[in-house]
Amino acid sequence: MQILEEISMELQKGDAANVGLLTQKAIDQELNPGIILDDGLVAGMNIIGNKFKAREIFLPNVLLAAKAMQAGIDILKPLLIKEDIACRGRIVTGTVQGDLHDIGRNLVGIMLKGAGFEVIDLGNDVEPSRFVEAAVENNASVIGMSALLTTTMPVMKKVIDTLKQRNLYGNIRIIIGGAPVSSSYAEEIGADAACFDGASAVESVKELLGVK
Amino acid sequence: MKGLLQRLKEGEVLLGDGAMGTMLIERGLESGHCPERINLDNPGMLEEIAGLYIDAGADIVQTNTFGASALKLADYGLDDRTEQINKAAVEAAKKAAGRAAGRVYVSGSCGPCAKMLEPYGDAGAEEVQASFERQMSALVHAGVDMICIETMMDIQEAAIAVKTARSISREITVAATMTFELTRHGFVTIMGTGIEEAAEGLIDAGADIIGSNCGNGIQNMIKIAAGFREITGMPLLIQSNAGLPELNNGALVYAETPGFMAGKSRMLMDLGVNIIGGCCGTNPEHIKELRKTLDAYMRS
Repeated sequence: MQILEEISMELQKGDAANVGLLTQKAIDQELNPGIILDDGLVAGMNIIGNKFKAREIFLPNVLLAAKAMQAGIDILKPLLIKEDIACRGRIVTGTVQGDLHDIGRNLVGIMLKGAGFEVIDLGNDVEPSRFVEAAVENNASVIGMSALLTTTMPVMKKVIDTLKQRNLYGNIRIIIGGAPVSSSYAEEIGADAACFDGASAVESVKELLGVK
Repeated sequence: MKGLLQRLKEGEVLLGDGAMGTMLIERGLESGHCPERINLDNPGMLEEIAGLYIDAGADIVQTNTFGASALKLADYGLDDRTEQINKAAVEAAKKAAGRAAGRVYVSGSCGPCAKMLEPYGDAGAEEVQASFERQMSALVHAGVDMICIETMMDIQEAAIAVKTARSISREITVAATMTFELTRHGFVTIMGTGIEEAAEGLIDAGADIIGSNCGNGIQNMIKIAAGFREITGMPLLIQSNAGLPELNNGALVYAETPGFMAGKSRMLMDLGVNIIGGCCGTNPEHIKELRKTLDAYMRS
């Protein structure tokens, strides 16, 4: 579909205004909102994510693309909610205590929302107990933690320990992300997955929750 | 005391200090706490750390102000104490330097403000400039010998910082270093700034000393230094990590030993690097070994 390709291209260019216009145009053409999302916005963001991973492009491009994606989602959201696509599951996200880095977490949040999950974002510098309380209060299935600093990574384990103390470990699943985390670190602390970008976070959450 | 730039001009290679964060964590700084809060609560600790680096042979010690720009302190609700926090750090470092009888310079560390500039971020240039201005004015008025803008990823932000330092004092020595990673395009910052663009941007903005810190062990830093030297004869500052952090049973370890770093550092000296120091994972032992290597090099 031509227009979906255009949405993807404009998103990759980081043109929020055009992405907004084209998303509206696609809606007016009565395309399915889920398809606009998956084959337009998410497709474009996946390309951006892969190019960034290969360092073909750099952070400014990713941030601009994310702003453009947000512009598209803002327009799609009412329709996604109506179509019931926006409640595949609830995820609590936050950057761990002592860490104030939010770029990666915001990108992951946008991608998860785009994929139809409800994201409850706790922001930066989140205490271990707050992650757990927020997950319980909101009946969330997954906690997503981010840390950019090697010094704050150990806080992730504290959250998992808190879950274990409350016998919630296993019921509430854990994904972690941030520059210093690795799959072996996830395994070591008992997280379900380490995610390297927004797309892999979406994949991990879908797999953990058994949704397509 | 003879000016720092003058000594570099005369061919001397100066030795910086090692990591601050690593030392603070060893002394009980908990993750989750603002590292610069210590400047108010326990300046004696900073004096002790500076003293250890001076005893190890450092010619320059840095203040514990990496995250003490107004914007960054605001994340901890401490921005109204920006001036106090910066002043206290300088006083602590100067106390330690004072005991070294005019041999040691105090450098005011200024890290990124942790906000992304427009258009890709939300921070305006004026806001970032004003944030650095509060920090740097406090550092300069408290008597630092140099401002060291470090770990920069965005050349725009680095240039704003350099210009701000310059506008506060024409006499103050301004150093600015960026953090690169090795990619298929060579060494580039996460924001896409390469070595050449970094060098040109920092020099244009008015830096006296340029270079790189953090993000790499010494072997990559030698390549980065060579990259700078291909394009400029400007005074060069290189502060290498002791390798990249690795997790070992939940604890972070930096693999490069003092002996390893010092051995490799001769290549930095051969490249004409003017100030050599350590970043994350380096400690007074690294500085002690670097001192020995540097002294031997200067004698040869």
